[in-house]
Amino acid sequence: MNEPEITLELVQKHGLTAEEYAQIRAILGREPTYTELGIFSVMWSEHCSYKNTRPLLKTFPTRSPRILVGAGEENAGIIDIGDGLAIAFKMESHNHPSAVEPFQGAATGVGGIIRDIFTMGARPVCALDSLRFGDLSSPEVRRLFAGVVAGIAHYGNCFGIPTIAGEVYFDKSFDGNPLVNVFCLGVLRHSQIARGKAQGVGNPVFYVGPATGRDGLAGAAFASQDLTEESAEQQRGAVQVGDPFMEKLLVEACLELLATGAVAGIQDMGAAGLTCSTCETAARACTGIEIELSKVPQRAPNMTPYEIMLSESQERMLIIVKKGREAEVQRIFDKWDLPWALIGEVTDTGRMVVKNHGKVVADIPAAKLANEAPVYHREAREPEYLKSTRAFKLDDLPDVKEPVEALKALLSWPTIASKNWVYRQYDHMVRNGSVVCPGSDAAVIRIKEDSLPPLPENSPERGQPVPEKYVAISSDCNAAYVYLDPYEGSKIAVAEAARNLACAGATPLGVTDNLNFGNPHNPELFYQLKEAVRGVGDGCRALDVPITGGNCSLYNQNPSGPIDPVPTIAMVGLIEKPEHITTQWFKDDGDAIILLGDAVDLLDPLYGLGGSAYLQAVRKLKTGRPPRCELEKEKALQEVLLRLVRSGWVKSAHDCSEGGLAVALAESCISQVVARHTPKLIGAKVDLARIKGIRLDALLFGESQGRVVVSTGPEQAEAVVAEANRHGVAARKIGVVGGRNLRIKTAHGTFVWKLGEIHDLWWNSIARLMH
Amino acid sequence: MVALTAAIPGDDSKMNFAVLQFPGSNCDQDCVHVLRNVLGHSAWLQWHKERSLRGADAVIIPGGFSYGDYLRTGAIARFSPVMQAVVEFAGNGGLVLGICNGFQILCEAGLLPGALIRNRSLQFRCEHVYLKTVAPDSPFTRKIPEGRLLRIPVAHGEGCYFADAATIRRLFANRQVLWQYCDAKGRVSDDASPNGSVRNIAGICNATRNVAGLMPHPERASEGILGCEDGRLVFESMIEALTERKLAVK
Repeated sequence: MNEPEITLELVQKHGLTAEEYAQIRAILGREPTYTELGIFSVMWSEHCSYKNTRPLLKTFPTRSPRILVGAGEENAGIIDIGDGLAIAFKMESHNHPSAVEPFQGAATGVGGIIRDIFTMGARPVCALDSLRFGDLSSPEVRRLFAGVVAGIAHYGNCFGIPTIAGEVYFDKSFDGNPLVNVFCLGVLRHSQIARGKAQGVGNPVFYVGPATGRDGLAGAAFASQDLTEESAEQQRGAVQVGDPFMEKLLVEACLELLATGAVAGIQDMGAAGLTCSTCETAARACTGIEIELSKVPQRAPNMTPYEIMLSESQERMLIIVKKGREAEVQRIFDKWDLPWALIGEVTDTGRMVVKNHGKVVADIPAAKLANEAPVYHREAREPEYLKSTRAFKLDDLPDVKEPVEALKALLSWPTIASKNWVYRQYDHMVRNGSVVCPGSDAAVIRIKEDSLPPLPENSPERGQPVPEKYVAISSDCNAAYVYLDPYEGSKIAVAEAARNLACAGATPLGVTDNLNFGNPHNPELFYQLKEAVRGVGDGCRALDVPITGGNCSLYNQNPSGPIDPVPTIAMVGLIEKPEHITTQWFKDDGDAIILLGDAVDLLDPLYGLGGSAYLQAVRKLKTGRPPRCELEKEKALQEVLLRLVRSGWVKSAHDCSEGGLAVALAESCISQVVARHTPKLIGAKVDLARIKGIRLDALLFGESQGRVVVSTGPEQAEAVVAEANRHGVAARKIGVVGGRNLRIKTAHGTFVWKLGEIHDLWWNSIARLMH
Repeated sequence: MVALTAAIPGDDSKMNFAVLQFPGSNCDQDCVHVLRNVLGHSAWLQWHKERSLRGADAVIIPGGFSYGDYLRTGAIARFSPVMQAVVEFAGNGGLVLGICNGFQILCEAGLLPGALIRNRSLQFRCEHVYLKTVAPDSPFTRKIPEGRLLRIPVAHGEGCYFADAATIRRLFANRQVLWQYCDAKGRVSDDASPNGSVRNIAGICNATRNVAGLMPHPERASEGILGCEDGRLVFESMIEALTERKLAVK
């Protein structure tokens, strides 16, 4: 077989610089083979190596007494939730593939993150997705949106995992470059943590799953480039094709196999496929690994070693088995009718040796390949646009004249409107654990005995009762804020995720982040990334939540420009008792409505209108300084809220975010769903007339942070206000639940909305845009 | 995974449910959980390659995507060894309930008439619906109080029930239509159906009334913490019918 000659042009085509090539030659002590060049190019891509982001990521807070497996150690972080139980969770992006082929791009994103979780020995029990698209008035955006949602639904529904939470934002900056961030959470016992290590010299290496094809060739490298107009045509081959049925078989077989104790190490073949799984497992165990490619099941004829090593065919696992226990492995895979092959063994050489029909085609020091990718400290420069956006003042902008129409416009705005068009396509109830379904501030999942992987036959833990646990999940990031102030906006993403958990009654346990940014070689875009990482880190430190892992997706830009920067925060929390589980909608007529937190941030010159949904949706402006995020105040608010929830006084809790207080109140009235076409609408009479000297638009639609609307029985209202004040948190009774309208009295007049009308706008707007 | 067990002989108050497990089943554990932990009976996962039903009193065919739903939903599952045993069991009068994909499998296997085709919306639908019980005189509906609507979730992409006009007439005439989709007031309207089924049919039984299928998931509506317990009535109906049979044998 003739392999191409290695030229500088070929090196550059692989996304490697001349310096990186020199480093490869130094590591090998010779010229690389073509296969080796391919291997280095994927392992040293941003997607696999974090070469542009590693110095920044090191600044994240990653420690907590609850952490069992920390950030960067393995395929996903693991956190202790008590009683010998633990959760593994992680978020990952599939932006580039979804831009090119939305259905398969999104579907394989779900498949990949599920594998990351069961690779840790955990049973995947729920998924979440954080999506961003362009303006829905564009047919191309609608095609991408519909395709991504259908792809997630296809994979998740068939696999049988509830897609229980998420967020969807729409903004022109995502035209042609949608963001698809998918999250999975799994459950396991402390004793069941599996490792991606090639341990035990002489142990056999198994390949499990369908045959390797030419699909997804070098997908990791593709994800580390800017999207171009030609991407759709040229890169479609880099998008993999998913088979959720195969994945379902794999998870059941792997968990059954792990219970036998015959497994020494396990890793999925995700980005960079066979290459990444072999060199990383060897590097983690400080061993070597040798594989024979002719033994790898192949779907296409005449595949070259280069293609086999770089293929990202889906639903494949690499399993290192304890020598002598091969028969147990074979029995389980045969039971599940899964294809498997013995392809190599663990060595003590520290090298990753790849042979094809006995001939060595790659021989690389595994640890140097996996861990010693170059690291770059990129230049950061404050973007020019910030000068004008920061200079924005409200003086030239008249106050809102039609507040009734403005709220209707906000509730119809796709970013705020109900996302039922999306989540009704996802099976969000399978596994009988969905206690709070999509549509409240945070989703809540119940963990019970069958959420856990099977135990070995002789385990002393067998037959012991498993206490039920309740885990809340939320994902957040307002990209307009991050665009207008990367540091402050990123703090807000963390604060809001934690606030959403507190509204559900949960104490935060950990964060997985997904950093979606533009090209790091552009100093202005790198500034966004650098400041965002600082903001996320400060937010997590202040609220005492560790980051347990995550993912970076750079190069998110297309010919019309970069995306708004998006550091997606997915946060997981624990609810102590089932009676603490709280939802966002008002419950009973006569309940008191209380606003926790300052009604308006009087120190903010824009009163929370900078970067607000109101400015964007009604005034068609994306500018100004975003709201301030005072982390100490935020922490105090969340602690008080949790204290109140645990006291049993809080009937509903909903945080103020996009659209401000008016949208939060409206959603509290209209967001409860009983069944198909059967909402439970409940009105409210709100009195804000005593808040004087403030613009009406700022009062109703300003997005000052650190505010939550709660409802409580009328007899507890005073006590709730007093308890909040006692802990230094502002609180005031602003109204009463009941009636058929939302009525808000202000110093500027009284405004009334019919519940049926605003529910229709909020519930059906996205469906109307899609038809 | 739930440990494999078999029927507990001798205890007439405990019923024994075989919950079939095909590759791609994904509501199998949910059914076992409800039957065992919520209702206190015996239930086990029955692997599709087995031919014996291990002394089960009733069979549940759970939801999911058996064999990936390749070819056609339920089309491959019907050829599995365990389905041979189920056909024989049903022929002898044994109670069989197919939920969602299980309903599709029963139709493919010829144990129930008609077919389930793609939802008219061409999209998957996951939401709570209301069900009107049309025929309370079956082992699957006997405990449902008259006039009581059930609120139970659906989750399917291919749940639109279809059969020719003669079959539909016969199903209604024989009281084989067990449930129809309706709205909160009990009206059987087009809007109330999540999938466009002929005459809002949500579930049916065979002529001998021992095999039934429905698209909604009663196992997802059997615990207060999940917001609704109406689904229990379906399982409790089966348990009552089975208890009566056991007593009759004695």
